[in-house]
Amino acid sequence: MPKLPFAGRLAACILAATALCGAAGARDVVSGPLRITRLWSPPAPPSAPTAAGYLTIANSGPAPDRLIGASSPDFDAVQIHQMSMAGGVMSMRPVPRGLLVPAGGSAVLAPDGFHLMLMGPRRAFKAGDHIPVVLTFEHAGSIKAELDVQASAATAMPGMAMH
Amino acid sequence: MRRPVVLLVAAALAAGLGFAAWRGLILPILATKSAPAAPAGHEIGGPFALIDQDGRAVTDKDLLGKPSVLFFGYTYCPDVCPTTLGDLTQWLKALGPDADRLNVRFITIDPQRDTPKQLKAYLSAFDPRIRGLTGSPQAVAQAAHAYNVYYSKVDLGSGTYSMDHSTTVYLMDAKGHFVEPIGYGEEPAMAIDSLKRLLHP
Repeated sequence: MPKLPFAGRLAACILAATALCGAAGARDVVSGPLRITRLWSPPAPPSAPTAAGYLTIANSGPAPDRLIGASSPDFDAVQIHQMSMAGGVMSMRPVPRGLLVPAGGSAVLAPDGFHLMLMGPRRAFKAGDHIPVVLTFEHAGSIKAELDVQASAATAMPGMAMH
Repeated sequence: MRRPVVLLVAAALAAGLGFAAWRGLILPILATKSAPAAPAGHEIGGPFALIDQDGRAVTDKDLLGKPSVLFFGYTYCPDVCPTTLGDLTQWLKALGPDADRLNVRFITIDPQRDTPKQLKAYLSAFDPRIRGLTGSPQAVAQAAHAYNVYYSKVDLGSGTYSMDHSTTVYLMDAKGHFVEPIGYGEEPAMAIDSLKRLLHP
C-alpha cells in the first residue's frame, strides 16, 4: 500500500471494505422462497483429501423444505454431515434424511455443527478461489451456488480481516 | 506485624496446595473423562514406537528432555483437525523462539491413509515445528491407548470412512509426565498461558 497519512489509510480501508462487502453479497443465491447466504469453505491444507463447506439457507415460504444432497464438479463426492462433540470426543455422521429448512426459518451449516463434507478434491484451492456446488432440495430441486474459499466466517467478506 | 506475615504464608501455602491439587488430581480426572475408552485411573503417557513424516523411527524416549505438545487426529478430518493445527500454529507464533524448546507432534489415528508422505504434505500448511507421526495400526493403537485417546472408524459408504476421535491437546513435561490438557476451542490467551507454564514450570 502506498504511504498515506493514517486518516487516509483508514478511509481507504473503509472504502475497500465497503466495496468488498457489497461484492460478497453478490454470492447470495435466491431461488423461490429459499435464500442461501454465507457460503464459504476454509482453505484446506495441501494434500487434504477433504474440505468443509458452510452456508445458511433461509426459507421465507409457507412450507418446509429439506436439503437432501449436494455435489460439486471439483470433488468426487459431497455429503451432508453433522459434527458433534461429547466428552472431548469429536463425532461426525452423515445426515441420512437431509437437513430440514423449516417454513419461515433457516438451516445453518457452520463450524462445530452441520457441514458439507467435500471429499476427493479434483484440484487445489487457495483463499480467494470459489468452489461451485449444486444443492439439491426435496421441493426446490437443484440450486447452483458457489462457496468462497476463505479462512473464517468472520472474514466472510474478503478484505474485511484488516480491521 | 507478625500475624499478617503468618497469615500471608498460610494463604500462599493454601493457594499452592490448591494449585497442586488442581494440577495433580483434578486435571488428570478431567482429561481421563474426555477419553471414555480408557480404563479409570490410567495415567496419560507411556511407551510408543512410531515413525515420523520423514520415515524415521520415533519413540516416547526421543521426546524426553523437552516438554511436549501432542495432538491426535487425521488428515481426512475436515473440521476439528485443521482448526486445532491452525490454533497450534497461532500459539507457537505467539510464543516465538521460546516454542523451539517444545516437541509438537500430530499423531494420526488413521494410519491406513496417513502415510509419512501424506502427513508431511498436509503439515506443510502449518508451523514447521509441528511434526507428524504415524505407524502400523498396532503401533498407533498402542500410542493412542497410552494417552487415553479414543478413536473409532465410521463408514461413509462407497469405500470411504471418517474417524471419531478425542480432540484434547496433551501437554507433557520434559520427563514425559502429563501436566494438563488443552480442550478443543480453548481461548488463545488461556492456551498460550498453559504453554508458557509448560515451558517455565
